Amino acid sequence: MEHYNMNLTLKVWRQKNTDAQGHFESYQVPGVSSEMSFLEMFDVLNERLINEGKEPIAFDHDCREGICGACSMHINGRAHGPWSGTTTCQLHMRAFKDGDTITVEPWRAGAFPVVKDLTVDRGAFDRIISAGGYVSVNTGNAQDANNILVPKDKADQAFAAAACIGCGACVAACKNSSAMLFVSAKVSQLALLPQGQPEKKTRALNMIAQMDSEGFGSCTNTGACEAECPKEISLTNIARLNREYITAGFTYEK
Amino acid sequence: MLNSKIPAGSLDKKWEDYKGHCKLVNPANKRNMEVIIVGTGLAGASAAASLGELGYKVKAFCFQDSPRRAHSIAAQGGINAAKNYQNDGDSVFRLFYDTVKGGDYRAREANVHRLAEVSGNIIDQCVAQGVPFAREYGGLLSNRSFGGTQVQRTFYAAGQTGQQLLLGAYSALERQVALGNVTMYNRHEMLEVVTIDGKARGIIARDLISGKLERHFGHAVLLCTGGYGNVFYLSTNAMGSNVTAAWKATRKGAYFGNPCYTQIHPTCIPVSGDHQSKLTLMSESLRNDGRIWVPKKQNDNRKPADIPEEERDYYLERRYPAFGNLVPRDVASRAAKERCDAGYGVGSSKQAVYLDYAAAIERYGKIEANKRQMHNASAAEITKLGKEVVAEKYGNLFDMYAKITGENPYEVPMRIYPAVHYTMGGLWVDYELMTSITGLYALGEANFSDHGANRLGASALMQGLADGYFVIPYTLGNYLADDIRTKAIPTDHPAFAEAEKNVQDTINQLMNIKGTKSVDHFHKKLGKIMWDKCGMARNEQGLKEAIVEIQQLRAEFWKDVRIPGDANEFNPELEKAGRVADFLELGELMCVDALNRRESCGGHFREESQTEDGEAKRDDDNFAYVAAWEYKGPSQFELHKEPLEFVECKPTQRSYK
Repeated sequence: MEHYNMNLTLKVWRQKNTDAQGHFESYQVPGVSSEMSFLEMFDVLNERLINEGKEPIAFDHDCREGICGACSMHINGRAHGPWSGTTTCQLHMRAFKDGDTITVEPWRAGAFPVVKDLTVDRGAFDRIISAGGYVSVNTGNAQDANNILVPKDKADQAFAAAACIGCGACVAACKNSSAMLFVSAKVSQLALLPQGQPEKKTRALNMIAQMDSEGFGSCTNTGACEAECPKEISLTNIARLNREYITAGFTYEK
Repeated sequence: MLNSKIPAGSLDKKWEDYKGHCKLVNPANKRNMEVIIVGTGLAGASAAASLGELGYKVKAFCFQDSPRRAHSIAAQGGINAAKNYQNDGDSVFRLFYDTVKGGDYRAREANVHRLAEVSGNIIDQCVAQGVPFAREYGGLLSNRSFGGTQVQRTFYAAGQTGQQLLLGAYSALERQVALGNVTMYNRHEMLEVVTIDGKARGIIARDLISGKLERHFGHAVLLCTGGYGNVFYLSTNAMGSNVTAAWKATRKGAYFGNPCYTQIHPTCIPVSGDHQSKLTLMSESLRNDGRIWVPKKQNDNRKPADIPEEERDYYLERRYPAFGNLVPRDVASRAAKERCDAGYGVGSSKQAVYLDYAAAIERYGKIEANKRQMHNASAAEITKLGKEVVAEKYGNLFDMYAKITGENPYEVPMRIYPAVHYTMGGLWVDYELMTSITGLYALGEANFSDHGANRLGASALMQGLADGYFVIPYTLGNYLADDIRTKAIPTDHPAFAEAEKNVQDTINQLMNIKGTKSVDHFHKKLGKIMWDKCGMARNEQGLKEAIVEIQQLRAEFWKDVRIPGDANEFNPELEKAGRVADFLELGELMCVDALNRRESCGGHFREESQTEDGEAKRDDDNFAYVAAWEYKGPSQFELHKEPLEFVECKPTQRSYK
């Protein structure tokens, strides 16, 4: 792999806090190595801002290996930037070339208020999970793990859905700011497994109700969520969620 | 005095007896008992969920924006359990034995046996929660091998086992949040333990969004705050992983156990430049199928494909024929360093070795071709089939490697090098997981207890969940049963006021330095000292130098660090500054501990103590103890020793040959 250096212009969203007015600010960033990750490029810029006595850019990040779901930058109009199936932290600078201008914004969604600069509040996702994204099994209740057989294809599909990292890219990518891909991933995971069957109706109904009350938009089957999802969660899950939801709506007996 | 409170009786009956005789809290009283849990990784989330289910009033804190982001999420390879589903000779005793031996006879036998006993329950519990473990076509759970063992006892979900287990614990936690048994405080950082009459009674936490300090009362406080590998700056830990909670407890009187025991993981992606912010692990599970090699010739600059088979040195298979590529992590790391130091390293930095999948792709391809009755399959067909199998097993890891390095690991061998990954040391705890401060507990990686001087792969997830799901629900009750008459203490108590003032003073002091260098500047410098002098190999002179250098760096930090912004707002630089200030104290203690331990054991390799062929040489006569350090003031630590007794696993020179 050939490595190279580049000079870039960054246009970054700056916003002091939730209530403040935000704006774009431009920064020249010279000498960026193609081997850096996108966030390491931000580290270099922030180090410079600190040395210049300015405030560094606030952004969420933690594991930097694409699994915690903290990082959340909208880069050149795309959630997590130009590479498909990739979180911002795993995006590397060889995706860009010398002279590029890169625009970086926070997730834009009413249900994800900006906390500061590129950091948003995704607490709504936790509240959706607590509305039903679980199996009600207290510690100590479980039987032997091999007592219930799970067909491999179902286990694999459940795993593919469970791979969701809760980053919110699906919401950010959606023109309606819908959280359907996120909700469907959890509903699907549990609907595909025998352990999730007893609560499948209440789960679908309650999680959707919570999603609506958080102010996420509706789904119009555009598919931007699937296209931008760093874990490539399939749109099929939304179909499955719709099926679960409709079935539950027709047959729920309370 | 250190009292480990290990129950009497034979090893395999201790936990059973303990559970049968420990005190209980009745359900009506549990509702009045408040428990604070700091950290929501596997240990914290599982403890919060389990204690909430029991009816305790739980308050859980995490510095991330959601409990689901704790760094347990990044664990890749798997979780061990003595299920013996493979009928390959596994048992509770075997898992116990492997763990004590793997830890180079520096772990506490009773704790490890308990861990092995509950390991099976963990798998049962996680499956019941809907954790999608890998399965065979018949619908049964699948297993694979990990380092330091000769059985297949590792359960996994592709290369995302930690994620799936944490999301299971997180969903159980969120269920308790919904039921009102757990109150969750996201984006909060614990900055002080509050003690009243010698007992832990609460914490001071900073709301990271508003910057406000908050006082929280608890009848007991559980620290589930992970390890301190980030003292090295570059590690596989998350950027936010820190020692602050454990260090505040240390300064408050909790002893710190075996701080020098650091695990250097053999298979990480090598450093690419000065901008590097963290290192990425390539799961140990890759050593199941990958073969590690370097060229037989020094400074060989040929491409790997141009180096013929007979000119490759599969040095692990050569040195350790019994375990081959699956030797424990400390052994594999040192072997890689030895080869690179001797001039056989590969890649532009020469600080790397190859991890090669060509043989595995061919082997799996042949099996797959046979399954499909393709008995005359061409080499290309076999390779294609083999790649599909490898992709299914390790796809996400290969993708990650490709994204970071720009190279395709299905075609070119991966370059790997050891990196700081885990810390076996941590807060000293007794059998009940209580630290030396009454009512203050430490669970998971934050404590020192189960892995001795070296942790085996797939055992961290097991320990975190064992502590949270199956140990603390019993041991905490045994303590709180005597505390049922204690009413919630109002947080205007002078102890809370004083603790808050101390925290506020420290923050003010940091903000008022207004120096010239960033926090990262100091963190990188500390990391370099630690890696060079308290890393994979340590010696007396280096450690003595490191102690002086760290003291100087710490003084410079408190004179010259620059923290922009305000304390009363979201200020990530201030958060980092507090954490690095604590690392600057911990780093010194790690060197003090490493200097004191004049033997080699597990991940702690003192150059003065090695066998003729360069293996770690223990000194059981003088060092078969846990070093528990008491903080006595800046640069002053007093050593307390907990002797280790081995009844079932008699220490021998560890051999994987």
